[in-house]
Amino acid sequence: MFAAENGLKGDPRLKGISDSITVVPHFPKPGIMFQDITTLVSNPKAFKDTIDIFVDRYRDMDISVVAGVEARGFMFAPTIALAIGAKFIPLRKPGKLPGEVISEAYELEYGKDRLEMHVGAVQRGERALVIDDLVATGGTLSAATRLLERVGAEVVECACVIGLPEVKGRCRLGGKPLYMLVEPRQ
Amino acid sequence: MSACKEDDPRIDGIQSRIRVVPNFPKPGIMFQDITTLLLDPKAFKDTIDLFVERYKGKNITAVAGIEARGFIFGPPIALAIGAKFVPLRKPKKLPGKVFREEYDLEYGSDCLEMHVGAVESGERALVVDDLIATGGTLCAAMNLLERAGAEVVECACVIEIPDLKGSDRLKGKPLFVLVESQ
Repeated sequence: MFAAENGLKGDPRLKGISDSITVVPHFPKPGIMFQDITTLVSNPKAFKDTIDIFVDRYRDMDISVVAGVEARGFMFAPTIALAIGAKFIPLRKPGKLPGEVISEAYELEYGKDRLEMHVGAVQRGERALVIDDLVATGGTLSAATRLLERVGAEVVECACVIGLPEVKGRCRLGGKPLYMLVEPRQ
Repeated sequence: MSACKEDDPRIDGIQSRIRVVPNFPKPGIMFQDITTLLLDPKAFKDTIDLFVERYKGKNITAVAGIEARGFIFGPPIALAIGAKFVPLRKPKKLPGKVFREEYDLEYGSDCLEMHVGAVESGERALVVDDLIATGGTLCAAMNLLERAGAEVVECACVIEIPDLKGSDRLKGKPLFVLVESQ
């Protein structure tokens, strides 16, 4: 579900956030209209508003884990974790996390990739969020959710700044609620 | 030379949360793992607070963070001091026009990129990463900012490995760290 349909209809911060995102046509390949959030994080007001909206939503939901997907999820998740008093868990590409990890495969348009999480980072029964900058097919978020559920955490919600048309109209992803702030810019 | 916050009571808690993993990513390296620090909300908050206390009110307009662990510490600092966050990324991740800076590794070389237009001439910038070792990556980061006309005020890291003398590679700019490690 989008923020505007879920309590934030008409909130001027959403327009400011959307306006701060840059569309780069044909990146990384022809036909893709890339949603570039670097201009959002470069705009202190838009960046603060983005974090505030997520923090306001999650602060009273008893969340003890905020997982962020490498690398752009790392720009949003830690600040949210700090504000709600939760731990931050990086979910990383293979081979980056030292020590014992569990790993989950997911589909790309061509081929597969894997996401890893530290063993012992999350305890059974913890309530968790998954954060990324953008959701397209949901493959990455689903892999992230599976990692957390494999160690017994409860994924309360997946949250992204931008939700692409593939997920428009959907409130859930892999059985979990999905919360997005804005649609892609044209 | 680097400035280190040994005297602050919060440092012990931060240092104790850093996990050393031997022989990662290859034999002989004692890897300083900050993910265990991130699992302790108080220690993580103290880490950010120590940087924010130093840089708030110093007219810093840009905080540049080095992919990927610099993305964990840079944004909370930027937000708290009202600065923009500038991601410095591995090649081909940033869309559009970029500055590109190559730097040497032990074997071979690597490359860091920054958007053209991310910082303006005259901006006062910090570079943030989790750790400084040889200083090669931080030096490349500084070069990117300076090529865009920004002034690098300081480099800030959670951990320094002093034996590797990374602070000597920062072109005379100061380094601020919280914890020194062997």
